[in-house]
Amino acid sequence: MAERYIVVGGGLAGLMTVIKLAEAGKHVDVFSIVPVKRSHSVCAQGGINGAVNTKGEGDHPDIHTRDTLRSGDFLLEQPPVKGMCYAAPQIIYLLDRMGVPFNRTSEGLLDFRRFGGTLHHRTAFSGASTGQQLLYALDEQVRRYESEGLVRKFEYWEYLSFVKDAEGACRGIVALDLRTMQIEAFPADAVCLATGGPGIVYGRSTNSTINTGTAASRAYIDGAIYTNAEFIQVHPTAIPGEDKHRLMSESARGEGGRIWVPKNKDDKRDPRTIPENERWFFLEEKYPKYRNLVPRDVASREIVYVVRNLGRGVEGQEAVYLDVTHIPAATLDRKLGGIMEIYEKFVGVDPRHTPMKIFPAVHYSMGGLWVDYEADARNDMVPGSPRQQATNIPGLYAAGEVDYGYHGANRLGANSLLSCIYAGMIAGPAMISYAKNVAPKKGDVPKTLLGQGKTYWSDRFDKIYKMDGTENPFVIGREMGELMQKISTVVKFNKDLDEGVGKIREMKERWKRSNVLDTGRTLNQSASYVNQLWNMLELAELILVCGRLRDESRGSHYKPDFALPEPKTKDPTQDPQWMEAWRVRNEKWLKLTMARFSADGPKVTFEPLKSLANPILKPEPRWYA
Amino acid sequence: MADQIVMRIERRDGPDAPARWEEFKVPSHPNANVISVLMEIQRNPVTSDGKRTTPPAWDAACLEEVCGSCTMVINGRVRQACSALINRLEQPITLTPMKKFPLIRDLAVDRGKMFEALKRVRGWIPIDGTYDLGPGPRQAPEDQEINYVLSTCMTCGCCLEVCPQVGKDTAFIGAAAISQVRLFNNHPTGKMHADERLRGLMETGGVNDCGKAANCAEACPKGIPLTSSIAEMARATTRQAFKDWFLRDERAAGAGPA
Repeated sequence: MAERYIVVGGGLAGLMTVIKLAEAGKHVDVFSIVPVKRSHSVCAQGGINGAVNTKGEGDHPDIHTRDTLRSGDFLLEQPPVKGMCYAAPQIIYLLDRMGVPFNRTSEGLLDFRRFGGTLHHRTAFSGASTGQQLLYALDEQVRRYESEGLVRKFEYWEYLSFVKDAEGACRGIVALDLRTMQIEAFPADAVCLATGGPGIVYGRSTNSTINTGTAASRAYIDGAIYTNAEFIQVHPTAIPGEDKHRLMSESARGEGGRIWVPKNKDDKRDPRTIPENERWFFLEEKYPKYRNLVPRDVASREIVYVVRNLGRGVEGQEAVYLDVTHIPAATLDRKLGGIMEIYEKFVGVDPRHTPMKIFPAVHYSMGGLWVDYEADARNDMVPGSPRQQATNIPGLYAAGEVDYGYHGANRLGANSLLSCIYAGMIAGPAMISYAKNVAPKKGDVPKTLLGQGKTYWSDRFDKIYKMDGTENPFVIGREMGELMQKISTVVKFNKDLDEGVGKIREMKERWKRSNVLDTGRTLNQSASYVNQLWNMLELAELILVCGRLRDESRGSHYKPDFALPEPKTKDPTQDPQWMEAWRVRNEKWLKLTMARFSADGPKVTFEPLKSLANPILKPEPRWYA
Repeated sequence: MADQIVMRIERRDGPDAPARWEEFKVPSHPNANVISVLMEIQRNPVTSDGKRTTPPAWDAACLEEVCGSCTMVINGRVRQACSALINRLEQPITLTPMKKFPLIRDLAVDRGKMFEALKRVRGWIPIDGTYDLGPGPRQAPEDQEINYVLSTCMTCGCCLEVCPQVGKDTAFIGAAAISQVRLFNNHPTGKMHADERLRGLMETGGVNDCGKAANCAEACPKGIPLTSSIAEMARATTRQAFKDWFLRDERAAGAGPA
């Protein structure tokens, strides 16, 4: 019998995995809670990185690798990053061939813009809705395979768990048809989770409502290792909202946008009338080299400091100005049209003529399911190795934001679309190798195994339908989000994290007294939410526990009580005392946070990075001033 | 600002279930939109006459008008619920599901036929594989700008909902898929296979079924010039019909485009 493959998730990573499998002639079932064209990848705005070097800047994949590793403060295995950065130019060309309407130069070539954490024009873009355009291109290719009969879509289906055999290998999945509430088990020789990030654990974030992290959390509960959970990226520039925080892309600054507050704290004037010399461009002042394009963790910290510690929020609000009004309106429309419209539509003010008011918001999870890799002695990724993107569960793969592998302690802007596609490109062939070389020895998936999975979940949902307690699950979910926002974003303190873990555990107790609100069997969104909420609470606990245990500051994880002092010299390598403190910190903490589920709470260990034995780049101080 | 938001929702427990109206009152809050009100109702699913009910079902994902999920009819106008700001809506606010698509429940409908239409018109660039084959064709910035706008179609269904030619018993494919043909046929590689897509528009329910009501372009939340797309594709299919007739022998002999 021909092998069977399952991909869960229809964003960029999932669809790229599907394409690689289908291109090899394999039959793939893709599961998604929304029609795949509506996946969260559509929200990515600014662009996709690749060192194509069209601007005479001497850019090179090696420099892209270095920028990525530095931005992530070296908290990741290095060969996959090198593989990704070297593949980036050809990935951009591939997307170009698929018809992505990338912005062009006057010569008809691809245009590239600046982004944070680099000094090069490295970001290809399609207006300011690049993620949407990339997703549509992959969606179209998958539709082509679907019409050829190689791909079957299960849309409006939610992943519940993987099916585990006696040896602990993944042999398929159990999923819920959200329209009919039917539960089914599906066999597979290899499964890839491409289910995105957990932004909704934070309540309001820049994420879509579907980004609950529930699939990743459930895989962790079922035995997959979760890595670097505490590393959550807070994007510096978003519009605060009641239902979500809407992203204002880094590309606004890449195209010349400037962050400022009035120099005079009590200046009540219309921002348009405040002269340049009475504006405080705090990022440009402190970081003369990278200016407004410092990495995101740095920019978010500075904005939060200016607003909360110095009380300098504009117009008495938690906000600073993001100003693009000096850029001609026609240029803004051509290069940033999508986000100009979003600001106009949701705030009711034209950002082409009035500075935008923005504040940091939870955006992306660098952490995720642990995945393996295989590289040769030159640190080149081994093509088709079954270990690429493999979790610790045999037969279970992970790709995209759900994996931990490409961003370390802080993701570089415009690297997420790239990492999703690259991970999908190597996950597909890895799954095929696994299915050919490992899975056939196992034979067909026994019916009893599938039946057990189906029965377990049918029983669990029967219990959920009977939940008639006093707690509204959506209220618990909101409180979880508010708690997480308050204690586990830009600045963290151990006391808060300790208390927070206790509060999450109380919420888990309250969950048991939930009311399902709806016992229907058609699109019962409450029942599915009750199940998701438990998984989100587990993930919240995991994020807090890992954050509590890591007593240092690195990338997005910032604890003032454990931060290195500012170096005495502009270049930190010239300050021997500081370098010694930095070395000691790395010795203790330059390790992956590896979490395994247990009923008593996460079991966390800190494990050394294997690629540091033969690094592509030795860790160096991360400094952008 | 009133201290309460009043919302009336047309509800059905399933496609064949009877319809009923339920009214909700939720406290006003800053930056309220239809989604934040629906979320508030989830947290307290009680109607304004104090009756406990189930939380209404609706589709949502991105909440920034790029995914198309939360499309519904708000105060009689089809649009995305996320960008429907409460302070710009007359109250009581009425929510109904789109009527041109099979209902799933409450405000959620099945727009699967729009994705099927994209298959029918072969809405993709047939690339020769994902291998490293170098850059794509060069394009003038002006062409890219036209294609970008066409490519922002999020398959939300507004254009079908307002089209008098689209109904339960009609075959019309609708503006979205027609405009997608224009997008792919404008692309330098897509052009090579323009004939196949045009033929998809020449079958029953194709571009000739357009009644020129022009409601679609007005309803499109992305400002896609749908009426020009339809006009252009109508011309192109006419040319294609002549071309197919003149080349009928070559096509029969297998020499022409398949």
